Amino acid sequence: MKKRTVVLAFILMLVAVGSLAAQQYYIPLISKGFQHQFWQAVKEGAEQAAKDLGVTITFEGPESEAMVDKQIDMLAAALAKNPSAIGFAALDSKAAIPYLQQAKAKNIPVIAFDSGVDSDIPLTTCATDNIAAAAYAADKMAELIGGAGEIAVVVHDQTSRTGIERRDGFVNRIKSKYPKITIVTVQYGGGDHLRSTDLTKAIIQSHPNLKGIFGANEGSAIGVLNGVKEMGKIGKIVVIGYDSGAQQIAAIRSGEMAGAITQNPVGIGYQVVASAVKALKGEKLPKFVDTGFYWYDKTNIDDPKIQAVLYQ
Amino acid sequence: MANQPNKATVQPPVKTASGTKGASARQKLLAFSSLVLLVIIFSILSPNFFQPYNLIAIMLSTAVNGVLAIGVTFVIITGGIDLSVGTMMTFTAVMAAQTVAVWNLPVIVGVLVALLVGTICGMASGIMVAKFKIPPFIATLGMSMLTKGLSLIIANSKPIYFTNAPSFSQISMGTMFPFLQDFQIPNAVIILFVLAILASFVLNNTIFGRYTFAIGSNEEAVRLSGINTDRWKIAVYAVNGLICGVAGILIASRLNSAQPALGQGYELDAIAAAVIGGTSLSGGEGTILGTIIGAFIMSTLTNGLRILSVPQEWQIVTTGIIIIFAVYMDMLRKRR
Repeated sequence: MKKRTVVLAFILMLVAVGSLAAQQYYIPLISKGFQHQFWQAVKEGAEQAAKDLGVTITFEGPESEAMVDKQIDMLAAALAKNPSAIGFAALDSKAAIPYLQQAKAKNIPVIAFDSGVDSDIPLTTCATDNIAAAAYAADKMAELIGGAGEIAVVVHDQTSRTGIERRDGFVNRIKSKYPKITIVTVQYGGGDHLRSTDLTKAIIQSHPNLKGIFGANEGSAIGVLNGVKEMGKIGKIVVIGYDSGAQQIAAIRSGEMAGAITQNPVGIGYQVVASAVKALKGEKLPKFVDTGFYWYDKTNIDDPKIQAVLYQ
Repeated sequence: MANQPNKATVQPPVKTASGTKGASARQKLLAFSSLVLLVIIFSILSPNFFQPYNLIAIMLSTAVNGVLAIGVTFVIITGGIDLSVGTMMTFTAVMAAQTVAVWNLPVIVGVLVALLVGTICGMASGIMVAKFKIPPFIATLGMSMLTKGLSLIIANSKPIYFTNAPSFSQISMGTMFPFLQDFQIPNAVIILFVLAILASFVLNNTIFGRYTFAIGSNEEAVRLSGINTDRWKIAVYAVNGLICGVAGILIASRLNSAQPALGQGYELDAIAAAVIGGTSLSGGEGTILGTIIGAFIMSTLTNGLRILSVPQEWQIVTTGIIIIFAVYMDMLRKRR
């Protein structure tokens, strides 16, 4: 008797939830995660766009960025629902290709987001323009060191797209716009705090006149900060970071780090849904949708607009 | 739980296997009817659920967890536990990829390497448990970290792709029955079923199976009757390792790459599948059919909730409730 009631209640709950999803355009978003603050911010943006444009979305992602197979199961289930369009941030593009081909065969537009998908199936990619963002960091660096002197760059790696684009964005802007600034070295620390710290200390050791260092992701930025701290150069070397995280936020509040670039996850989520709707209406999409970025430092870190895109 | 020591002292070890058969048949029936109920509910709630495409998606998503669950069922029946099945699977996948994609050896060599590596790792866990008397929970937790670390080291923390061996992906994704038009069952699913039949045969009809149950019911009694329980225990862990090797090949083939960071957390899904299917965590009881049904309940539930667009947070809550409910029903049955 009791058992039957429980089962009945469960079925009713499912019906209630299920019926909510039965509306016009339906666009599932498969992200790289859902628990992380960054992804929650992407979801928030997507939900806002769904509300503004009158479409239904769902947002799912595996529990960790290692679970490539679980993400593919999610993509398969999303395809089974005959969606109007799909938003997808691939953990591993190559593993997902068979399913993207199915989407193409079923004429379901695919919109890539975050790091993009290594395939020509997605109609567009909504992501941070890393080159523009890193170039902006270069402008800030030039401003803070007075437009002349020696600087260094610590990047996470030379193989990932973010590593290459952030490095090139920064280096090329300095070379083209600030002839009095020399980049003495570009080093790679794997995004690892400790390795980046050691690298930074060696750079400072061999370049005593160094005026600034740019760390191209969270791990690199923290490593740079630690290295500068351990060499007793806080206040003498300008440190600029990328992304956020508890340590970086604390360092910016205390002034040990001059500032950092943050991506705009809310904008990423919004643009994915907006692009999908455009595709469904037959509008032509650009190959890349720049979702924007922010510069944040001590002065604007408590601005609600900045707080919305920072994560611990 | 309360009747466990009682059962262990009263019943002679070998008889236990057949003695629980009626009870576990009931559990299987219960598990199977839950699965059917789930399928019916989801089919009513969404027209997209009971479609060939989606049923294949469910089966494909069951394959890896189902295979791991078969292996861990053997270990749980002996009264042990293996927390390393997920990362052991990854390690075998990485070794297969290293063999095929880096050393350029034929696919079959990669498959054999994966099976061999799995067996060795499982055997090592077995020796730690049986000979060094390290509690299985700790020994296999250590093995889990060890294999995870080794996978990352060998693969240099990056996925290894089978770019030079396009046939590798056919192991999971190809089909032996291409004539089935819209319902092309992928090989991964066939491998799961074949392995399940084999494992079921071994568990029910061989001396290996009989000792597996006996050790789980009353290890001391088995030892006193002159049987080298250590050796059989090591064999059980080794078989589990071998089966992890099968799972490693399936997942590497499905993803067309070995993903070295993957694997942690998969052991809990495998254990949950076994327990939902009626395998007792206190040992001495369990069936392969039950485990397979348990694995299908989990993947059907996950898929169905996704098809219904239930928010992800609620999917997790629901899965948790179902697991607790299934195990509670099992305990009610035993109290009778």
